[in-house]
This record gives sequence, structure tokens and C-alpha cells, in this order.
Amino acid sequence: MSLLDNTLQELHNKLNAKELSVLELVNQTFKMISERDGRVGAYLTLNEEGARNAARRLDDKLAAGEERGLLFGLPAGIKDNIVTEGLRTTCASQFLSNFNPVYDATVTRKLREADAITLGKLNMDEFAMGGSNENSSFHPVHNPWDLDRVPGGSSGGSAAAVAAGEAYFTLGSDTGGSIRQPASYCGVVGLKPTYGLVSRFGLVAFASSLDQIGPVTKNVEDSAYVLQAIAGYDKMDSTSADVQIPDYLSSLTGDIRGLRIAVPKEYMGEGIDASVKEKVMSALKVLEDLGAVWEEVSLPHTDYAVATYYLLASSEASSNLARFDGVRYGVRAENPSNLLDLYHESRSQGFGPEVKRRIMLGTYALSSGYYDAYYLQAQKVRTLIKRDFDQVFEKYDVIIGPTAPTTAFKLGSQVDDPLTMYLNDILTIPVSLAGVPAISIPCGLADGLPVGLQIIGKAFDESAVLRVAHAYEQHTDHHKQRPTL
Amino acid sequence: MSTSKYETVIGLEVHVELHTESKIFCGCSTEFGAPPNTHTCPICLGHPGVLPVLNRQALEYAIKAAMAINCTIADVSKFDRKNYFYPDSPKAYQISQFDQPIGENGWIDIEVNGQKKRIGITRLHLEEDAGKLTHVDGGYASLVDFNRVGTPLVEIVSEPEISSPEEARAYLEKIRAIMQYCGVSDVKMEEGSLRCDANISLRPVGQQKLGTRAELKNMNSFRGVQKGLEYEEFRQAEILDEGGVVVQETRRWDEAKGKTLTMRGKEQAHDYRYFPDPDLVKMHIDQDFKDRVRASIPELPDARKVRYAAEYGLPDYDAQVITSSKPLADFFEDSLKYTSDAKAVSNWIMGELLGYLNSNSLSCRKLKLRVKD
Amino acid sequence: MSITTKDVQHVAKLARLNLSEDEEQMFTEQLNAILQYADQLNELDTEGIEPTTHVLHLSNVMRNDEQRESLPIEKVLLNAPDEEDNQFKVPAVLE
Repeated sequence: MSLLDNTLQELHNKLNAKELSVLELVNQTFKMISERDGRVGAYLTLNEEGARNAARRLDDKLAAGEERGLLFGLPAGIKDNIVTEGLRTTCASQFLSNFNPVYDATVTRKLREADAITLGKLNMDEFAMGGSNENSSFHPVHNPWDLDRVPGGSSGGSAAAVAAGEAYFTLGSDTGGSIRQPASYCGVVGLKPTYGLVSRFGLVAFASSLDQIGPVTKNVEDSAYVLQAIAGYDKMDSTSADVQIPDYLSSLTGDIRGLRIAVPKEYMGEGIDASVKEKVMSALKVLEDLGAVWEEVSLPHTDYAVATYYLLASSEASSNLARFDGVRYGVRAENPSNLLDLYHESRSQGFGPEVKRRIMLGTYALSSGYYDAYYLQAQKVRTLIKRDFDQVFEKYDVIIGPTAPTTAFKLGSQVDDPLTMYLNDILTIPVSLAGVPAISIPCGLADGLPVGLQIIGKAFDESAVLRVAHAYEQHTDHHKQRPTL
Repeated sequence: MSTSKYETVIGLEVHVELHTESKIFCGCSTEFGAPPNTHTCPICLGHPGVLPVLNRQALEYAIKAAMAINCTIADVSKFDRKNYFYPDSPKAYQISQFDQPIGENGWIDIEVNGQKKRIGITRLHLEEDAGKLTHVDGGYASLVDFNRVGTPLVEIVSEPEISSPEEARAYLEKIRAIMQYCGVSDVKMEEGSLRCDANISLRPVGQQKLGTRAELKNMNSFRGVQKGLEYEEFRQAEILDEGGVVVQETRRWDEAKGKTLTMRGKEQAHDYRYFPDPDLVKMHIDQDFKDRVRASIPELPDARKVRYAAEYGLPDYDAQVITSSKPLADFFEDSLKYTSDAKAVSNWIMGELLGYLNSNSLSCRKLKLRVKD
Repeated sequence: MSITTKDVQHVAKLARLNLSEDEEQMFTEQLNAILQYADQLNELDTEGIEPTTHVLHLSNVMRNDEQRESLPIEKVLLNAPDEEDNQFKVPAVLE
């Protein structure tokens, strides 16, 4: 058993009892990374010196008996689209391969204030665009359960690192499923909070109206801990919600008697693998045994969500990624003959095909003559999709279904067909469009590959989502299964 | 000149920098003249991951400015992104306003040769200023200073109801005076806190349809605005006289050459792909807020002019000249604390003082003279 | 609606991307497939439906007009591909 298989409480107990130092914990984790990451490919940049210095400072703090942060000493990986001052941040793009941020994201600062340790920056699909991590412009990530398979995306590095024991927890970002789907494929716990709960300041924007940062962990309790540390109003983010942050840990009561669960028939229909459905049905049975009741419902606009999402997210992205022009930072093309050439060449050389595709789609959808038919229509359909959720939540506490239609697919099997790739997100995208929270937790293996259960809650009701997930986890041991590497 | 056959149609776009302490979306200073790039931060430099937060004072000034030019103030307003690539625009989009500006349907009155005229104002919107380019290496390269980027700016768009370069100048002078009275801007053309672009076209007298217009830029003084438009009026008339066609284009006023020149390199046909900025939220401007801002608007030049005529019996022209500049008008009123002979003060200002200032090319703003002296 | 190679070229120009002929071909096909799929949205009657820009109904989020420290010039220029006299250097706008 690896050190990182300890629970947070167990680790803190060992640190308190001086059986373990933070530096040892960090060194052990780097050892795991050096043994495994050659095969997994979860990291893009390591922060070895910085992490060890931080560990020594925390050990001093421990020795001096100073007050400790919630995530004291925990070695964490950060998705490479979250800026870290002085630590290279690339968004897995050639364009930013030399980029050294001059400020910290709000979540980076919050992790530091909670005494977590940054191990390094995690691989992802370039600018968070993709669902397989094959769009990283450095190297792909391999699923620790089967190295020939994708880890999912775009937070593939974040999920694979936790599954492979290369970090105690990680941060990912989710725009249309980018935390939940890789968590599902890699058999870990991934939480996408309500839009506005976690500050986006310092998260390199893909689609501003959808992006949210969230934790990837081995179990639900850790998810609650990390969320507690990163959630909260930020005056640097105009879209941050000024809400009271509850004590998430106290919501993990194990008691879900009387809980009303909605199961959308669209989430259990055609296109969803039978083995996935079967695991979800057994999970519902477990929840029923714990005193919950479930009923089938309909989210009638589900089929329109993927199209809505790709138009809106790509439109926002086309504008968000315009700043990568080679003037102030990033890799500038060599010897541009004039300004226009500098723009065109720097961007064409710096961006990969999927990023270009989405910039093209978004630019088109916003361009003169098409705005109403595509962008505006998509914004209206987004309203209809959100209403579907509002209606169901009038009668139910949570919505449950699979996280992804299948388990992890083979590397290279879908790269030539963007539309099929986009349809992998059919179960996570509607949730993002509605802006509500959802978690993916492991609910068993199908043919040796993890299946994820998605639990969706009302806006700002992360407590309910975590309570249900935790109760399920207490009565199953799927989350304890580890890949052999 | 052959312009008498034609009717001139001018619309002005006036940009006024708002005099806030900090920039519109970040905390950097808006001070003019600092060393290059020393008033910048990740937000105004458009670094990856940054987000804008609106400066309350900028919104308040914009509403005040819109009220002072008689606009209807929106109940709900929002920001949109105007997408275009240019080195002075760090995000490659400008945060501006498209379909829900702060103010619409305003007007101001101008006076040219004793004739009063009301010019309609289409809209006033709030946006962020761009950085500054300096050309080096014999024109082969440019240097970018981002100090100015993010300075709050209002754009005031007039209806195409201005009929001569002289009217255009009078309109601009009136806008300057109003903004100066409101205290929302220091409106210095020489420092760029007041800027003006024009659309100008000619049509045969009696024709309904508008002629093809040219967009005129780089008029950096009141005189430049008038001269530039006069030149352009003349140039277009000549083309039309010869049976030619005016090309729709952007032209630059070259003060030294006394000509307007076509601007190459700037894309002619833009597609700005405006869409609501998802990083910012709507502004609900309620009646309380509006009332509060309205109450803060001081007496404006027109009202003061009427008062000077009524209270002190100043001739119309003198009252007009004195009230066209707030420092001058304030000086006039301060003087009256020491003498009751308003006409003598007015005569002295109109004669000796302005004569001295004009012959030494000084502006009344630089007037250090105090009343006691 | 279908998108032509010419549309793709125009959009690429707006987005400041150079595309090879192969890429133009590929994007024309792929964008057509995606837009065709997206056309299903027009099946829905959205008459009178408000567009959603934000899921949260926030408004009037503002800060006070207070100055904050700017970046030291070394940090401003830390990532600059080219600089001169503490400014960012670019080729001239004109050819």
C-alpha cells in the first residue's frame, strides 16, 4: 500500500505523531511519480524544489506547534490551466510552452493558505478542449487501469495522477464534463461545483460562462475537504457567488433516508452501454436499501445539449483565446514579415487542430449573419435545458445517472471524428449548461474498467451531492480499488 | 469652392476619458504621462486567467455624462466584447457596449454665427481605452505601451445632423464644456482625454439619400477638426464635380501637410462579432441611483449663459464665450466677489485677458492668475 | 446552412489563423458536420424564451475606485517575446 492510500485523517495522525514528516510524504510522492509517470504521462511540469521547500516550512510549522491549514501537508497536482506564479503554466499548448505566470490564481493561493503542497502541473487537453487528453500538444495521458486507453479529458492528468497514486489530490476544471468524465474513466471522485462557487480568477478561460474548478480525489470525504478549502466568494471574479459556504464535512452523515432521487430516462437510454446501465442500476439499489426512493423522470431537452454546448463554448473560446497573439507572452513565430504575419503564424504554429477547430466554429457562430441562428438560438435553448433541471428539482433532491455512456476507450480510436468524440459528453454537458453541481464516483468495474456514477444536485447544494455520494461509498468499496501499475 | 452645390452631412464620434483614480476593470492608476508600462497589471495586460471587475465610479461618471447631454438612461445595461486584433488591444477584444448602452436619444444645442441648432445624440456608451503605439526603426516596428489601456472611456455618437465643419467644431466645444462642467473628465485634446472621429459625406442639395462617407481620424485639436473636415468637404466636392465616386474608407488628417490621407493597413471591412461579455454581469440602474447621479450634476454651460445674460446683462456673445470654459466662467464669478461691475469684468476678460491668452497660445486652463492679483 | 471553403477561409482570416489547403478541406467537412448537427436547435420553438448568458442572476458587481499596486516592470516584460525601452516590440502594422 502506498502512503497516499491513507485517508486525510490517517495522514494527519501520522504527522502529528511524528511518524511521518511532510518532507517524507512529498519525497515519497515524487518517488511514485518518477516510477510511474513515464508510463502514465500525467505531469507536464514538476515543482520538486518548490514542493520540498514548502514541505520543510510546514515541518517547521508542525514542530513549532503553529496552527495548520485544512489540507496540511497534502501533496497536490494542479491542472495546467490554473496559473501558478513562477511555475510554468502551459494549458498543454505549444503556444504557452514557455509561459511563466506573474500571479497566482485564487485557488492556487487558497491551496497554499490551506497548507497543501503543489507537486506540479498536470497534463490536459490543450486549453481544456477535448475528452480524451489526446489533444495535449506535449504527450498523451494513459489510463492507469489500462495504459492503451485514454484517461478521459480534459482533466485527464488530474484524474490519472490520483488513480496512479502520483498525488494525494488534484484540481481539475470542468466546462462540459472535464472533471467528471475523466474521474469516471479513471475510477476516482471528481466534483464539479455550482457555477460561481469557486473563483475562476486565474483559471485560463475556455468558456467563461461554464468553466468551474473542482477537486479530484480518491474518496468523497477528501472531496469535501478540498472543496471547503477552495470554495467562496472572490471579489476578483464578477461571476463569483456571494453565498455562505456551509460546513461540507458535517453533511457527510451517511443518512439518506427519505431522499428523493430522479433518474432521467434520457440518461439510461440508447447509446448508453449495457454494462454501464447495469452498474448504475445496482448503485440505485444500494441507495434504495439506505432508505432513498427513486423514480424515472424526463429531461426533455437532453438531446439538444451537445449542440448548444459546442456553439456556446466555442463562441466564448474564440474570443477568450484571441489574446494569444504573440505580442506580450507566449511563443512568437520566428521572423514575421509584418504584424499580420506575426498573428497568423504564431497562432497557427501555437495551436493544435482541436483548438483551431473550435476557434473556427466559434468565430463562425458569432460572425455577421449567423449570430442569431447559432449563438443566440443556443443561448435560448440553454434556458430550456436549465428549466428541465429546475422542474425536476422542484420534486427531487438529486438526479442520478451514469457519468459517461461508456468506459474508457482506446487511445487513437476516436481522434478522426470530432462529432463522435463530442457525444461522449452527452451526460455531463446538460449539467454544465444548467450550472448545477455534480459528482462522479466509482460504482464498479466493467471488463476491468471503472464506471462512474453521476450525482447531480440543486445549485449550491453541494452538501446533498456529497452526502449521497458519501453514503453510497460507506456501503461499497469500489472507491478502494486501485489499478495495478 | 464648389461646395454650394452640395449639402454636407457630418456625424461625430467623440471619446471622452473619464477622470477616475483607477482603471475601469483593474486597480492600476489612470495618471497620464507615467513611464511606459508602469501602470499595468496582469488584468489590463490581458494575461491568461484574469477577470475584469467594474469600477463603480466609471459607471457613475458615464451616467452623469449621459444625463448632461440629455440621454435617456437605460434601466438595464450590459457590456459586450468587440473582437478585433491590434497590438494596442491586449485581449484582442475591447470591452464595450453594443445593444444596451448606458444612454440613448440625447441632444445638445450649439450656436454658430448667432444661429442656434439642436444636434441629436444617438447614444453614449462606456468602454475601455486601448494602449499606445509608437513607430520605430524607420516605421518597420512599433513599441506598445499599455499604461492607457483600461482607462474608462465614454463614446458619444451624434446623429448625422451636423452640416458644416464649423458646426462640428461648435459641437465638440460644447461637449467639452459639458464634460468639464460635470467634472467627469479633464477633456484635454492634447493629452488625448478628448478625441474625435468624424463621418462626412456630401450629397447634391435636395437629394434624400446620403452620399458615400469617409471616416476621418487623427484630428487632434479643435482647429484640426474644423480644418480636416473642411479639407475633406473640398476633396469630396472635387471628386463629385468631376463625376467621380467617393470611396468609403478611413482617412487620416495630416496636420503638417494640411491634407487627409487614406489609411492603409487597417482592415476596411470589420466583423467585430459582438457578444455579451460572460465575465461581467448586468447593470441594473434603478431610479434611486439615477436620482442620486442627477442631483450631482452642476449648472451646465447653457444654463449659466442664460443666467449671465439675465443676472449681469452680459451680451449674448460674451456670455457664450465666457461660459464655454468652466475655469473662465469660474474666474468671472470669483471676480464678482470683489466688484459689482460685471460688465467691466466681462469686457476685461473678453478684451485683455483672452487677447493675451490667444496671442500667447495659452488656454484658460493654464490660467494661474488669481482674482486678487 | 452549409459552409464552403470560402467561408472557412474568411473565418480563418477573422480568427488570424493560417490554414493549409488540407486543413481548409478538413475544417470545411468537419464544420459542416457539426453545423448540420447544430441545426437541430432550430427545430425548437424559442419564441419568447430569454437567452441565458449567465446561470446566476447576478447584477451590479462593482469595485470602489481605488488604486492597487501595478506590476514591477520586470514582471510586465518577463514573458515578452521582444521588447525595447520597456515596451513590447512588434513589427509595424503596415507592410
